[in-house]
Amino acid sequence: MTELEAGRAQALVPVRSGAALHRYRDVLIALIAFAVLASLPFFTGSKALLDFVIRCSAYGLFATSLNLLVGYTGLTSFGHGMFFGLGAYSFGLIMQKLGLSIPVAFVATLAVTAVIAAVIGAICVRLKDIYFAFVTLAFQMLIHSTILSWASFTGGDQGLRGGIPRPEFLGINLANHVHLYIASCALLILGLLAMRQIAQSPFGYTLRMIRDNAARASFLGIDVWRAKLTVFVLAALFAAMGGMVMALFVSGAYPEFAYWTISGEGIFINMLGGVSTFLGPMVGTVLLLLLNDTVTRFTEYHGIVLGVVILFFALGLRKGLLDFVAEWFSQRRDAGEGR
Amino acid sequence: MLEIRNLAKSFGGVKATNDVSLDFPDGSLTAVIGPNGAGKSTFFNLITGALRPDSGQVLLDGVDLAGRSPPEIVRHGIGRAFQVASIFKSLTVQETMLAAVSADQRSSAVLHKRFPLPETRDRAEHVMELLGLSGKRNRTAATLSHGDQKLLDIALALVLEPKVLLLDEPTAGMGPEERWRMIDKVRELWETQKITVVFIEHDMDIVFKIAPKIVVLCYGRILATGTPDEIRNDSAVIEAYLGTEHAGAAA
Repeated sequence: MTELEAGRAQALVPVRSGAALHRYRDVLIALIAFAVLASLPFFTGSKALLDFVIRCSAYGLFATSLNLLVGYTGLTSFGHGMFFGLGAYSFGLIMQKLGLSIPVAFVATLAVTAVIAAVIGAICVRLKDIYFAFVTLAFQMLIHSTILSWASFTGGDQGLRGGIPRPEFLGINLANHVHLYIASCALLILGLLAMRQIAQSPFGYTLRMIRDNAARASFLGIDVWRAKLTVFVLAALFAAMGGMVMALFVSGAYPEFAYWTISGEGIFINMLGGVSTFLGPMVGTVLLLLLNDTVTRFTEYHGIVLGVVILFFALGLRKGLLDFVAEWFSQRRDAGEGR
Repeated sequence: MLEIRNLAKSFGGVKATNDVSLDFPDGSLTAVIGPNGAGKSTFFNLITGALRPDSGQVLLDGVDLAGRSPPEIVRHGIGRAFQVASIFKSLTVQETMLAAVSADQRSSAVLHKRFPLPETRDRAEHVMELLGLSGKRNRTAATLSHGDQKLLDIALALVLEPKVLLLDEPTAGMGPEERWRMIDKVRELWETQKITVVFIEHDMDIVFKIAPKIVVLCYGRILATGTPDEIRNDSAVIEAYLGTEHAGAAA
């Protein structure tokens, strides 16, 4: 080996092991997080706390998937909530009408979502900025009114009533509150881990390039339309996962799950938590649900309080909470280096 | 060899590129000059697929690329840098290079591995070295100086290992000293990489000093082609640069 080759080999090693190391680190963090969440029922009998975590799982999956579009690709979707509703309804309907086992219904729901997301995405991702935002919103309204008007199939404005059957599988009984809680946590952690992998993959960097400068990306040989469509479908799948957790939690599906306010809450969560870090939307989810639960207890005008909070983040900090923290740390580090 | 055959493009009634035919032999270095609005950037946009020509051919080694999409044309080996540095502002220099190599190796859609892929490392490293950006590898592109951003833009084109490199005003917006440093770099790249380089330039001193061959565009047409000496003494060129209406009408 010549000196040059030796030098190059040396330069290569840190990159390879560095990338692998990051993956192991993420898996380790996920395992610890899951262990902590899963052990919670042993320490507390509080059903409200477990319910809170289940709702965080549903909304967290949804909001983080929206960040794949907004934060990583620069696609601001105002209609992402349609896939949350679609997930809840597809899963509920498959369970009620076909009586399949839960894992099969889970996969079937993802398949249905993928097909619908591919069709809607193929139309939407060609559009830019505000046009993309509004056409996604239009599709959301279309799906919402379909659910309302197709009452014989979807139950109309009453939603899917009569409960979703939850047959036992692999010794897991989702009718049991603790089982449902653990399953929700597992889905959340697995979903987050998968989205983290997407964000840190070569494809994830392709998304960042498209966000920064789509024209330049196409002059590097990247098919921008195909990449956008791919992430649109992937994000829809994780939103549908969130919808399924929600459907299992309430044992039903309601038109509000597919209403535009769900998309609005997704955007709201991303603004609260921040879009520049992977876990920003997760932090935003916890913040929003906490705010919702506490404020509604004190006043019926909770909308005003939430509005003030979002104004504080949007106009005061001009970024989400985790963006703010990340920036503060990097400034501290830079200052430390400067000394 | 890059051959342009009867290339034409109109915007409304304006013929931005009017029946242009040119040959760029392998390994040649050519400057494209012309007054503002002569159609220089349009000419580049037609070759690289940013614009679709009305008629004519763009032949690279005999394959007609006219009217194809930018990604396709890049994959055939025509790379370009932009007049205003076109970079990815939130990525670091190193990430930019690694991601570009990923795109070229068709691994930009890979989901199951972590970025960066080990096989992208060597080429990214090589080009950063070549353009003197290695020391700034961890800088975010947005924080680079104007000159370094232009270098990064060129590095993005170069890291794809193109057969033909089109540089749209590599010295735009630079001070006199920085201009010469940049153009020396361009010349050095041309000499060491053995690729075909075509560049647009306004500074006549630079053009006459480093370009073995010059193409003069005016009102979308070729006014003259030749060596610096031939161009310097061409009466039509002198008139065009004096800015008389007459020169344009005659062309």
